[in-house]
Amino acid sequence: MNQPKLNLSPKVSDEVRKTTCYMCACRCGINVHLKDGKVAYIEGNRDHPVNKGVLCAKGSAGIMQVNAPSRLRAPLKRVGKRGEGKFEEITWDEALDIAADRLTRIRNDDPSKLAFFTGRDQSQSFTSFWAQNFGTPNYAAHGGFCSVNMAAGGIYTMGGAFWEFGQPDWDHTKLFMLFGVAEDHDSNPIKMGIGKIKARGARVIGVNPIRSGYNAVADDWVGITPGTDGLFILALVHELMKAGKIDLDYLSRYTNAPVLVNADAKSSEFGLFLRDDDGKMLVIDKTTGKPAPFDQPGVRPDLNGKLRIRGVTHGTVFVKMAERYLDPAHAPEAVADRCGIKADKIRRIAFELARVAFDEAFEIDQPWTDFRGERHEKMVGRPVSMHAMRGISAHSNGFQTCRALHTLQILLGTVEVPGGFRFKPPYPKPVEAHPKPHCKVTPGAPLDGPHLGFVRGPEDLALRDDGTAARIDKAFTWDNPMSAHGMMHMVISNAHAGDPYKIDTLFMYMANMSWNSSMNTSGVMKMLTDTDENGDYVIPNIIYSDAYSSEMVAFADLVLPDTTYLERHDCISLLDRPICEADGAADAIRWPVIEPDRDVRGFQTVLVQLANKMGLPGFTDEDGSAKYADYADYIVNHQRKPGIGPLAGWRMGDNGITHGRGAPNEAQLDSYIANGGFFVEHIPDEALYYKPWNSAYQDWAVELGLYDSPQPYLFQLYCEPMRKFQLAAEGHGDRQPPDHLRERIKATLDPLPIWYPPMEDGHVDPVEYPIHALTQRPMAMYHSWGSQNAWLRQIHGRNPLYLPTRLWEAHGFADGDWAEVTSAHGKITVPVAHQAGLNENTVWTWNAIGKRKGAWALDDDATEATKGFLLNHLIHELLPPRGDGLRWSNSDPITGQAAWFDLRVKIEKVAPPAEAQPSFPPQDAPVPRGPEDLAWKVGQ
Amino acid sequence: MTALPERTDKKLGLVIDLDTCVGCHACVVACKGWNTENYGAPLSDQHAYGATPSGTFLNRVHAYEVQPDRGPAQTVHFPKSCLHCDDAPCVTVCPTGASYKRVEDGIVLVNEDDCIGCGLCAWACPYGARELDRAAGVMKKCTLCVDRIYNENLPEEDRTPACVRTCPAGARHFGDLGDPDSAVSQLVMDREGVDLMPELVTKPVNKYLPPRPKDDLDQIDVLSPFLQPVAEPAKGIAGWLDRVLEKI
Repeated sequence: MNQPKLNLSPKVSDEVRKTTCYMCACRCGINVHLKDGKVAYIEGNRDHPVNKGVLCAKGSAGIMQVNAPSRLRAPLKRVGKRGEGKFEEITWDEALDIAADRLTRIRNDDPSKLAFFTGRDQSQSFTSFWAQNFGTPNYAAHGGFCSVNMAAGGIYTMGGAFWEFGQPDWDHTKLFMLFGVAEDHDSNPIKMGIGKIKARGARVIGVNPIRSGYNAVADDWVGITPGTDGLFILALVHELMKAGKIDLDYLSRYTNAPVLVNADAKSSEFGLFLRDDDGKMLVIDKTTGKPAPFDQPGVRPDLNGKLRIRGVTHGTVFVKMAERYLDPAHAPEAVADRCGIKADKIRRIAFELARVAFDEAFEIDQPWTDFRGERHEKMVGRPVSMHAMRGISAHSNGFQTCRALHTLQILLGTVEVPGGFRFKPPYPKPVEAHPKPHCKVTPGAPLDGPHLGFVRGPEDLALRDDGTAARIDKAFTWDNPMSAHGMMHMVISNAHAGDPYKIDTLFMYMANMSWNSSMNTSGVMKMLTDTDENGDYVIPNIIYSDAYSSEMVAFADLVLPDTTYLERHDCISLLDRPICEADGAADAIRWPVIEPDRDVRGFQTVLVQLANKMGLPGFTDEDGSAKYADYADYIVNHQRKPGIGPLAGWRMGDNGITHGRGAPNEAQLDSYIANGGFFVEHIPDEALYYKPWNSAYQDWAVELGLYDSPQPYLFQLYCEPMRKFQLAAEGHGDRQPPDHLRERIKATLDPLPIWYPPMEDGHVDPVEYPIHALTQRPMAMYHSWGSQNAWLRQIHGRNPLYLPTRLWEAHGFADGDWAEVTSAHGKITVPVAHQAGLNENTVWTWNAIGKRKGAWALDDDATEATKGFLLNHLIHELLPPRGDGLRWSNSDPITGQAAWFDLRVKIEKVAPPAEAQPSFPPQDAPVPRGPEDLAWKVGQ
Repeated sequence: MTALPERTDKKLGLVIDLDTCVGCHACVVACKGWNTENYGAPLSDQHAYGATPSGTFLNRVHAYEVQPDRGPAQTVHFPKSCLHCDDAPCVTVCPTGASYKRVEDGIVLVNEDDCIGCGLCAWACPYGARELDRAAGVMKKCTLCVDRIYNENLPEEDRTPACVRTCPAGARHFGDLGDPDSAVSQLVMDREGVDLMPELVTKPVNKYLPPRPKDDLDQIDVLSPFLQPVAEPAKGIAGWLDRVLEKI
């Protein structure tokens, strides 16, 4: 035996610096181990509220991201043609001068000539503040092409949605139903939650056409046909209502089910709520039989209340729901074929939902007081929880489907109760607590308010006096009135078409619009490079900021190189997309745990510097002096309103350090760093559940500064703002939709959840294109950034098109074969693979693996560039023309959400080409190619 | 050629829950990161940004589809690393004594100073759990993070393999499988954990917990429970409202 003596306690690192991950949008806490000032190892932060110590593959691969050869090195000025990728390096002074001069001219002339869209931005409260002070109405981040249906559907229905807004009660839930979840969103918390509930034997039901990832470990898999989730959910609603398995007490107390609705079809207020003089919704009080405001102390709302007043009859939302959902059109056997789910299976799932919600109900011995002043001795648990993301959201019927899902949760009485779904602060937050959209432009002055918001009716649309769209993306118009996140996917197309108007400068951040972040990728490349009759670019000026040599960089006139996530300040703010947990409010920072070795600057700091050069109000004092030197200075010293800043922790109170409300504290970032990069404030036990109606929670939220005053509200099963748009379409009111949209508004903006077929089905022949085509995010990769990562690209360097057994056999495919895939818009030729656990009419591939040659510092023969491909080439931002001369956006008609997953295709076996098609010539790159081999050890 | 110890004081190993593993590869990359920076030569990558990137990994996750007799096809994610076998053929085949099994805890290691990179051990391992590092020319394999689990520079709660510490789904467990009272042994007993390919008689220490039965909502027969309507459909909405609302 020759057993050597080992050093079992080697030194792990010189220092551990704790910051926030940015390898995806999850924002986990990380411990960055440093040796000799270099990153040696990254692991999860055990104390952090999001990930509690664990870390996914992306997070652990961060070391390869901060050392990626594709990192940009200096500001760049285009010297070749757009798209070629030819640049010269310039100084920051020159770059800022170029940008500030042009932007100042635009601002003084017409601020709407700037379109500023910030992609996968995690600093939207800051970037929107910048855009508002600039004065352009044309600002949004990427929500419109991601999951606005989920976010807006949740907020309009119940004051919050999934992921950043709330989470299952993992500690108590016994049945978890997961709909259409791409595998990255809320990456670690979902995995931790599934692990936790499976360890105690709770059931997981996965609803997804594709059985991978979470759906692979689900106890039951529902391989649904894409776009039919709403139909399936409403069949569950039908079964539960028919059997009376709904939580009537919950519905009467906490939802608008008992609210009285105008039932007179001739009235100009038909379908609107009956309100008192204070605008409060009225219910019939069961104890008196008389109408009363919904929130009156002691009121017991009657679900079957009726009232005839001034000749107009009124009935309840609850009765309208019964009339709609008890209809046999919603019965399981009526929907089974379209959903691709057997009727009996739908019945079994309905039974299981009811059994767990009602027969496994439990109580927590915790008294609480509701907003009507009634004290409850216990908290009643209904241990059914749900989660959903883009799979149901990225369809043109997605908003209604998301509303249907929340309706199902609410009918079971499972929202904000133990074992169900729980909000995370600053949610719950009703529509009334959100801003409305603003679009009033004044040359040389700020916009009249925040760009994005939640419309309450036609009066809030972003229209110019002549009725045309005020925004370049046509958000908040009759085409898509409730587009709460804007419509980034329409910006380039509309700017190119000069519809609704021409712009001068397209300014973008972290959005790979010439590749995987656009529909109609080839078309977008052409739009970005098209010239007019004078030889000038149709989109005159493009400024782009990115940390890496992405495909989009080549299309910019000016490139502002960003840092990597370990080299920068950021704040994960309660004013923005927060990282709270159901038990507490939390926020966090990033800080430069290493210094950049390139001439790059954090994009937010660059925006501060540009604002200072331009003298933007909000950033400069009246004498023109700068309020903030950089983003870190802004994070600490900016106050959105007195006492409320980007970070809630360690503010300065009258008697020293305080949290929530307080004056700026110069040492705030040091306190965050000392605390591991984050702040968390726990919610008192009495306030942990029933948050929208719980007086203790409302008071706590006001004290912390989440609300200015208590905001108790009812869940909106019936969504009155939608009815207001329908009323306009029916001819009521001053603001009227164009005639060509009237019927569509009437049909789709139904105030109770409905299902209609995806819009593409009405424009594309379902017989010619019988197959649904989807993408999913790999768990080990994120958007475009993953493929440059030397470790992650060894896990997901290829993306075949997966075919179900039925199609695989029908077309006689074998391993190594290729297929031509055709949509109404385009054609791709790609490698195929077989997957048995797949809906029989669905094909799919991994998202954003395909790369353009020359980008990301990859070799031209990298598999991502030769065999990788994008489905984006098959998807157009407009629906196919149907002879009416109109441009119909390929989006949800309610919110404008990009309908990626409506795509229909046909496939054919073809001889393997040399490379996946379409293929594009290589771009030049401003960075050298990566090294051949790696052996990355920073310690001795 | 190289002798195995007659017995080891402990049998440290992993228990991997195939019912819970979602195939996220977190363990793969945490392992790559720790073991690139720590024990022995870094885990190198060839053609890192080229057409055929190929690096050394001590742990990989495979995915398999399984078609049961009834119900839809299932996917099993299957993480695989060295199983630290009691009768490790990779040790006995080693011509230099570089491969060895530790007496105190049963961990199978490679002493890189003595490794000549002949590859016999990788050939002998029936699980394919060893990889020759192309840059260093030495054999690499799972060390069970021997430089973490006893490391006094780490907080006690972190003295666990990197793959276990990072696993988001909690599908990986570490402990002494030689002690029947240990948490991992109990887990194996409760969940009827199995050896990987026991017929190979290598006596692996690592254990796998099999996936639980799935898709029983598809197993519908005459006894399947469905919800019963509260009212006759013929009585319409009014009849339904009467019956439903009398409950509150």
